[in-house]
Amino acid sequence: MEPRLQPLETMAYGALGLVSFFAIWTAVVLSGAVPHSFLPLPTEIVTRFAFLLTHRFAGATLPQHLLASLTRYLGGFLLAALVGVPLGLLMGWFRWLDDILTPIFDGLRFIAPIAWVPFAALWFGTGFGGPIMIIFAGAFPPCLINAHRGARFVNPSLIEAANMLGTGHLRIMTEVLLPASLPSIIAGLRVAAGLGWQSLVGAELIVAANGIGYMMVQGQANVQTSTVMAGMVSIGLVGLGMDRLLRLAELTIGRRLGQPT
Amino acid sequence: MGLRLGMRRTFVAVTTLSALAVAWFLLTTETGVISAGRFPDPAATWSAMRQLAGPGYAGSTLVVHVAQSLKLVLGGFLFASALGISLGLLIGWSRKAEALINPVFLLLRPIPPLAWIPLAILWLGLGDAAKIMVIVIAAFVPNVINTSTGVRGIEATIFEAAQMLGTPRWRFVSEVLIPASLPAIFTGLRLSLQAAWTTLVAAELVGALAGIGLVLNVAQQDIYPAMILSAMLVVGVLGWLMTHLLGLVERYALAWRTA
Repeated sequence: MEPRLQPLETMAYGALGLVSFFAIWTAVVLSGAVPHSFLPLPTEIVTRFAFLLTHRFAGATLPQHLLASLTRYLGGFLLAALVGVPLGLLMGWFRWLDDILTPIFDGLRFIAPIAWVPFAALWFGTGFGGPIMIIFAGAFPPCLINAHRGARFVNPSLIEAANMLGTGHLRIMTEVLLPASLPSIIAGLRVAAGLGWQSLVGAELIVAANGIGYMMVQGQANVQTSTVMAGMVSIGLVGLGMDRLLRLAELTIGRRLGQPT
Repeated sequence: MGLRLGMRRTFVAVTTLSALAVAWFLLTTETGVISAGRFPDPAATWSAMRQLAGPGYAGSTLVVHVAQSLKLVLGGFLFASALGISLGLLIGWSRKAEALINPVFLLLRPIPPLAWIPLAILWLGLGDAAKIMVIVIAAFVPNVINTSTGVRGIEATIFEAAQMLGTPRWRFVSEVLIPASLPAIFTGLRLSLQAAWTTLVAAELVGALAGIGLVLNVAQQDIYPAMILSAMLVVGVLGWLMTHLLGLVERYALAWRTA
């Protein structure tokens, strides 16, 4: 393998990469190889983004669309965490529950979350409930699986000690299994956050009358490439922000439990 | 002991799934607790499946829809994998290439594949090309990440041994670099196949001329729950089948590891 680069070299190469990326993009636009309406300049996306911050498009400004998306997202994500994590811990503790539920989840695993869109719309409408169900379908499996796995791999001597002291099922769950599997649970929440966010975008592309996905569909229908791209940028920024937050939580908890992450 | 445990699990699984089937029948056909407008009963689902297989639905028969979806997902997946694994090998091997490409990669990565769908439709319309574009975007990333991680994980002594023996460059790639990172490459392939399938279903739901996602979309517009359920089952079965096939390829390709 090649020797490590100096930090300065890494930065120089990185800058070169970024500059070439934007230079090629700009050159393609300016050369007229593709119609300008299909590929705007990078700067035009920034101006469009700034414009959308204060001006309405598809019924709302960009922050309002994002707020609508985030409200749905938080609803679905919290629901997935509140159902998935306790259920995962229960399945990790009670073997019979694991045996009963695992075949059901194994069957459901192969259905892409986005394939629930028609039933979600039919059962809960396209406003708030339907999208929440799609986010739930995307975010639930990692919550469940990681809590389950975490509870399974708890140090057996901890459980034996708790048993010996006559601890009840509920207290074992909340005071032994939950803290011991916290790192695994947080890692699961981080995966779930990403999958849920992507499912929300998918759901809003198909059914919804506001939100960031809806804004992009309207931009697409009006052949406003800059609006679509500004939407992609905001989706990326929000997703990145959430991932950073959960990563921070992961590190903090790892440090408090004295485990290197 | 292991056998008895396995048998117990199978027994519980079969019992659970049978109980679910009975509950489905009781709640829909027998008592009507769940109305037919919300969730179909077994008979309606069966007839929807036969309709989908026989005369067809949403413009064509099941075989045509499935062939269309599989063609796109496999084509996009293979193309993205070839591209992604090559790039992963390159940036795993060369620090310079990594330093050059990584910032651009980091810039684009937070955008989920599904968010590319409107742009793909805008650029390429509702036909095959737009779907292949989003599948390639979705399937490309896990391949790059896992392949490069795999290359970085190879022990330095292996490189040194190959260098000392004066192995020519192409033999080094085909006989050291690729085999040693193959387990990681397969992890990437599994993740990207899953991503490709999810993305294709979403892209077809947004707009398509044929494909299993189109069946879901039309069934939703027709408010035809039995057809929605049938299409979902097809999505699940195809997803399972592809994952299973890739697992077989992996077992064959990595036989040296388990043996």
